[in-house]
Amino acid sequence: MMQPEYKDYYTLLPLIILIVWACLLLLADLFIPKSRKSLTAFLSALGLAVTLGFTISQIGRESTGFNDMVVLDGFSTFVNVLLLVSGLLGIALAYGYVKRMGLERGEYYTLLLFSVSGMMLMAQADDLIIVFLALELLSIPLYVLAAFKRKQESEEAGIKYFLLGAFATGFVVYGTALVFGATGTTSLSGISAFVSNGTSSPSTGSGGTLLLTIGAALLLVGFGFKVAAVPFHMWTPDVYQGAPTAVTAFMSSGAKIAGFAALFRVFATAFPALSADMADVIWALAALTMIVGNVVAISQSNIKRMLAYSSIAHAGYILMAFVPYGNKDVMSISIAAGLFYLVAYVITNFGTWAVVIFLEKAEGKDLEISDYAGLAKKYPALAAAMAVFMLSFIGFPPTLGMVGKFYLFRAAIAGGYNGLAIIGVVTSLVSAYYYLRVVVNMYMREGDPTIEREPWLSFTTAITAIATVVLSFVPQWLFLLASTAVFRQF
Amino acid sequence: MVPVDYYIILSAILFTIGALGVLIRRNPLIIFMSIELMLNAGNLAFVAFSSVHKSFDGQIFVFFVIAVAAAEVAVGLALIVEIFKTKKNINIDDMNSLKG
Repeated sequence: MMQPEYKDYYTLLPLIILIVWACLLLLADLFIPKSRKSLTAFLSALGLAVTLGFTISQIGRESTGFNDMVVLDGFSTFVNVLLLVSGLLGIALAYGYVKRMGLERGEYYTLLLFSVSGMMLMAQADDLIIVFLALELLSIPLYVLAAFKRKQESEEAGIKYFLLGAFATGFVVYGTALVFGATGTTSLSGISAFVSNGTSSPSTGSGGTLLLTIGAALLLVGFGFKVAAVPFHMWTPDVYQGAPTAVTAFMSSGAKIAGFAALFRVFATAFPALSADMADVIWALAALTMIVGNVVAISQSNIKRMLAYSSIAHAGYILMAFVPYGNKDVMSISIAAGLFYLVAYVITNFGTWAVVIFLEKAEGKDLEISDYAGLAKKYPALAAAMAVFMLSFIGFPPTLGMVGKFYLFRAAIAGGYNGLAIIGVVTSLVSAYYYLRVVVNMYMREGDPTIEREPWLSFTTAITAIATVVLSFVPQWLFLLASTAVFRQF
Repeated sequence: MVPVDYYIILSAILFTIGALGVLIRRNPLIIFMSIELMLNAGNLAFVAFSSVHKSFDGQIFVFFVIAVAAAEVAVGLALIVEIFKTKKNINIDDMNSLKG
């Protein structure tokens, strides 16, 4: 029996702090009176900030822990920082929103912390067992959060998310079983070592490769559900619309980052040898996701649904860069481009949802795109911020979204997938139609919108809008950071 | 002794039945049972492969799956009860207040 050592704990240090903090907060929350639940919000934000501090202190370190079950490397640190920032922004958005909507219960923040810890574990997982556990740890709190409003549409969102999420879990479990059957191990490095040795297991014989391919495909289905790739996207619009908006903002960023982190790590470290088969599948997924997401978004009148389809489309762009993952020369730039775009997407996404929360009233009022008419005249700063976010989503300069898309297209072209890049450019043009409709409504139509003033919401909107514009002038700096976010070499 | 292949084929059949059940049935409880069937198909495959590879990893995974499935049941049943309280009905086809 091996005793855990210092190295094991160090690898997971930020995660351990966050989980312990969340458990203690769950207890402490019992003693916080109902009228002072903002204290819970501040404590959970403090927990995330402390964890962020420890994560940043680990920049440049590499280690593995718990029998190579978890790994600390540039990739995990980069993703963890992004996840913790999303958690903080998620709390900032929720703070006023839950009060206004009468949802203020301490569990909200604790569940959010647990979900973030699951996402962080996902980024550090180096074994399919951990990938599975992390997937559940991040998903189960999100199911509860989606149904948090306990009104009809919120509960419906919760059950839909739950059933389809559990369905995806089934695929992940069965896929892992087949991969285990083909290789005799669930460790990602073990799988890749097994595949590169070219030996097939004595009992499964030549069927081993087939098992491995089917297993990898089932895992792809499972991750496809999490990142909302077409045709596994059916739940997305309903869940995003029905869930409380602050939850949607967090879910659409965090779950997508974690899903892509798992996809990148599992496929790039364990299955590079399968890329000949898998690249075509991912190609088709990416193309479908970009086309369906953007085309269906056009016909949406509800802003939450429109943003849900837009989030599907953005998953497609990131998948597009990941298609050439088996090509050793391109792999690192395609992952760096994916991470860069995730940063751009998360910043823009939180800003957009913050504006949506500004306008939303109780009982889901003022969520139609037409409700944004006249916003520019009455609240010019807010409208300007929203316009920046919409331009960033389209990929229009000078915004972070434009730079992000540039890197994604460059990665796809470097991998030799010019056709896919063309689909990406064309669908981006299509997307301009529905994003600009929001801008047109704000600036050119008459209307009398009202907003709920709230300091943390203004803060989030301002900071994300500034980051979207300013970071686009120094993209090399961020891209360099993303390029150093590499996997640990074996 | 029953050959291992049979276990794998059985697990594949169970998985398919489970997946079809999720897609076809309209009652969330039955859908939920179908999902459990999918997970248990995975468990069966794990145990079978575990004996092939003479490794305990697969059996350990099964324990994790069972524990996590129990946690999922807790959340899922709570959601279904909550919906029944608001709607007095849990048919999936009636959950159509979200669309567009």
